[in-house]
Amino acid sequence: MHRYLPHTEDDERLMLESIGAKSTDDLFTDIPRELRLGRKLNLNNPLSEIELSDHMKGLSNKNKSSDDLICFLGAGAYDHFIPSVVKHLAMRSEFYTAYTPYQPEISQGTLQAIFEYQTMICSLTGMDVTNASMYDGATACVEAAMMAVENARRSSIIVSRTVHPEVRKVLKSYMRFRDVEVIEADMADGITDVEKLKPLVEAGIAGVIVQNPNFFGIIEDLTEIEKMVHANKALLIDYADPISLGILKSPGESGVDIVAGEGQSLGNSLSFGGPYLGFLATTSKLMRKMPGRIVGQSEDADDKRAFVLTLQAREQHIRRYKATSNICSNQGLNALAAAIYMTTMGKKGLKEAAEQSAKKAHYAMKQLTSSGKFKPLFNKPFFKEFAVTGETPAGKINDELLKHNILGGFELDKEYPELKNGLLFCVTEKRTKAQIDKLAQVMEVV
Amino acid sequence: MKNYNSLIFELSKEGRKAYSLPPCDVSDISLDSVIPPSLMRDSEPELPEVSEVDVVRHFTNLSNKNYGVDTGFYPLGSCTMKYNPKINEDMANLSGFSKIHPLQPEATVQGALKLMYELDGMLSEISGMDRVSLQPAAGAHGELTGLMIIKAYHESRGDKKRKKIIVPDSAHGTNPASAAVAGFEIVEIESDKNGAVDLDRLKAVLSDEIAGLMLTNPSTLGLFEKNIKQIANLVHEAGGLLYYDGANANAIMGIARPGDMGFDVIHLNLHKTFSTPHGGGGPGSGPVGVKSELAKFLPVPVIEKMGDTYILDYDRPDSIGKVKSFYGNFGVAVKAYAYILSMGGEGLTDVSRKAVLNANYMMSKLKKYYELPIDQVCKHEFVLSGLLENDNHIATLDVAKRLLDYGYHPPTIYFPLIVNNAIMIEPTETESLETLDSFIDVMIKIAEEAKEAPDILKTAPHGTVVRRIDEAKAARSLILKWDGTCMNKE
Repeated sequence: MHRYLPHTEDDERLMLESIGAKSTDDLFTDIPRELRLGRKLNLNNPLSEIELSDHMKGLSNKNKSSDDLICFLGAGAYDHFIPSVVKHLAMRSEFYTAYTPYQPEISQGTLQAIFEYQTMICSLTGMDVTNASMYDGATACVEAAMMAVENARRSSIIVSRTVHPEVRKVLKSYMRFRDVEVIEADMADGITDVEKLKPLVEAGIAGVIVQNPNFFGIIEDLTEIEKMVHANKALLIDYADPISLGILKSPGESGVDIVAGEGQSLGNSLSFGGPYLGFLATTSKLMRKMPGRIVGQSEDADDKRAFVLTLQAREQHIRRYKATSNICSNQGLNALAAAIYMTTMGKKGLKEAAEQSAKKAHYAMKQLTSSGKFKPLFNKPFFKEFAVTGETPAGKINDELLKHNILGGFELDKEYPELKNGLLFCVTEKRTKAQIDKLAQVMEVV
Repeated sequence: MKNYNSLIFELSKEGRKAYSLPPCDVSDISLDSVIPPSLMRDSEPELPEVSEVDVVRHFTNLSNKNYGVDTGFYPLGSCTMKYNPKINEDMANLSGFSKIHPLQPEATVQGALKLMYELDGMLSEISGMDRVSLQPAAGAHGELTGLMIIKAYHESRGDKKRKKIIVPDSAHGTNPASAAVAGFEIVEIESDKNGAVDLDRLKAVLSDEIAGLMLTNPSTLGLFEKNIKQIANLVHEAGGLLYYDGANANAIMGIARPGDMGFDVIHLNLHKTFSTPHGGGGPGSGPVGVKSELAKFLPVPVIEKMGDTYILDYDRPDSIGKVKSFYGNFGVAVKAYAYILSMGGEGLTDVSRKAVLNANYMMSKLKKYYELPIDQVCKHEFVLSGLLENDNHIATLDVAKRLLDYGYHPPTIYFPLIVNNAIMIEPTETESLETLDSFIDVMIKIAEEAKEAPDILKTAPHGTVVRRIDEAKAARSLILKWDGTCMNKE
């Protein structure tokens, strides 16, 4: 008997008798013989908990974690502080062993947590409405692009080259199959080139996707782009970093129509790239074009406040092929972690995390460039990430840093060949002055 | 604390905090001097100001208003709500898995890459496919990825006419929606009276414009598609490919494999068949498997083994590209991998045997009280069609809501669409005879109540933290965030 299977031999016999079958084989006679496997699965023997744990620890120990390395790597996944309460609360099994809240009377915990998540995301982004989360930032951005395409009934979309390369790649694979043209707008000194963007926007596109702070950590001023996009009846989509919104102007204040972003920084561990959550927020006007689950407030039969999934007429289980998207799930547990994180950090904490990240990043930039061996790649205001360059190949610097247990920056020439020897560093509130000084010191002697 | 009814915002008090950060130890620069004030926000975001104890009590109280597999029996058809082993959570939380950055040098994540490579091999063996990508984040995402692969395959052969996908009317709603997102037209075919693919209707729609057929096997009625080999031959002869929706794979592990039935592309749900928790709606994971001739179209990167080293292979010119950032829901993959190791090959086969045993046992008992439209051996789930005797016009919804009063999560209702008043029951293998019997007793009791005290059902639930909720009001008033005015009524 296996520990997860409760059937005794007696149970099995009793059940078979009740069914009127001689053995469980009788329950599979509907599968044509020639389709049956007819052999054992070629897998391992069952492992006990001790054996499993030893095996898994063996694999885990082959990886170097952020406990082993000082992390200065960002580029879309961030080593921000996660308060201890986040995991304790999100891992309450009434939350994580539940399904989608289709039975609201016994899912008020999940539903209210999502409602609170929605409230906080709207407040951070300055938008009217948001959904209960998407797979990740990149796919949320794709959904935003599709909303723009549907809204304008135009079949091309512009994305700035300063948007995360992974996001652009995911966008291109999706759009290739939807026959939507993706036009990349060039950049100048690390930001979207507004002059070059203008004729592209005037050619009649559905929307423009920018990232803010952009892939290089630079805070782009959206004023001119916003005017240009709206003058041409297109939508402005902003791919945003939620931590930055503790101090930076919100997309809503900048006139953005749709905000998408990666929510991992909000209390979710790095976990080798997933599971994360994508957030998607928009204006009331575009609400019904937004995909994904949405929780609304209502009342029960006794007039008591209660929460329920709403606007389901947009979704696949009702509209099938006419749905706004094929998405069925949300990243429920990750959105819950984000809600707990935002609650725990609160109004002051998110601001302080953002401020400390920005201050430490600026200190790091100063230390790294003080001798002249490295110089800033761009001369623009930045948030928590910045790029430097020098004579030494980026890979060589990172190899040397790794020897000192430092996880170095993102090697920019992998995605931007013109940015030779460029390294993109990220500094969060978790880094200390001593760690930054060590980074500068090792880089100085490579 | 059943009556707990506060929103976190209603607990907020200026000046409270639940976090701590060390003092900023770098020379204090003013951000105003490096970031233009025009790019900064004018007002602080309206996040709560509460103490750490407030946070803990609030979310603990919310969790008490939820029902999970750990609370009790959850026979939600099509969702495979089996037990989610605790050890798997511990394993995914090991720092070597949970605290690694997706862009770290390959040499520092060899354990993670090895795990993903081995999981690819295990899922290939279980499904009879040749290569598996772990990138898709959920079942619907897997469907979309698989359909992109099918489209890329036809395009690579210069066969550009194939713009249609056949979907049976019994399919999950995601099937046609995914096909639409992948840029296909949908051809829906009506099922036969047993809910199976109607071969004549299939033949009638096959042509050189068909890119493929999407199928769930066992079907959404919980019945094995006996003609699958003929179906596969017909679709293949017409030049199309076969897509397998793995939602129901819990019925056939170690017994039959989609790869041997003629399917070319599949997805599996790690959050159903492979025991990873549903998380109140996600994260899931929907790996996509293909036959070797389609492997070149899989999303990048693919993990390869070179000698003793594992690498991320991006050099795949025919790939459909990326469908998600990085490599998929790695944390979910760790749990599924741990589950497969815990079960082993024989354990997984036993899983399917016991899942099917449990379903047939319940079906044999319940068909005396509820209508069973297709009475034949079922696989891991079965579909009832409302009460057998129903003079009081009790809706399937009423039966479901009454189950809440007895402490159960109801089955899936009103799906599949081809069965009236559908009640779709999937017990899973991790439930004991005693649990099944208790649930059966309650279902019988509800059938009696339907005759004798119908109002109890029509107004159910009575014992839950909230009663039936006005969904129309939610859709009309559209309160989608707290606006500071909707104070607690209690």
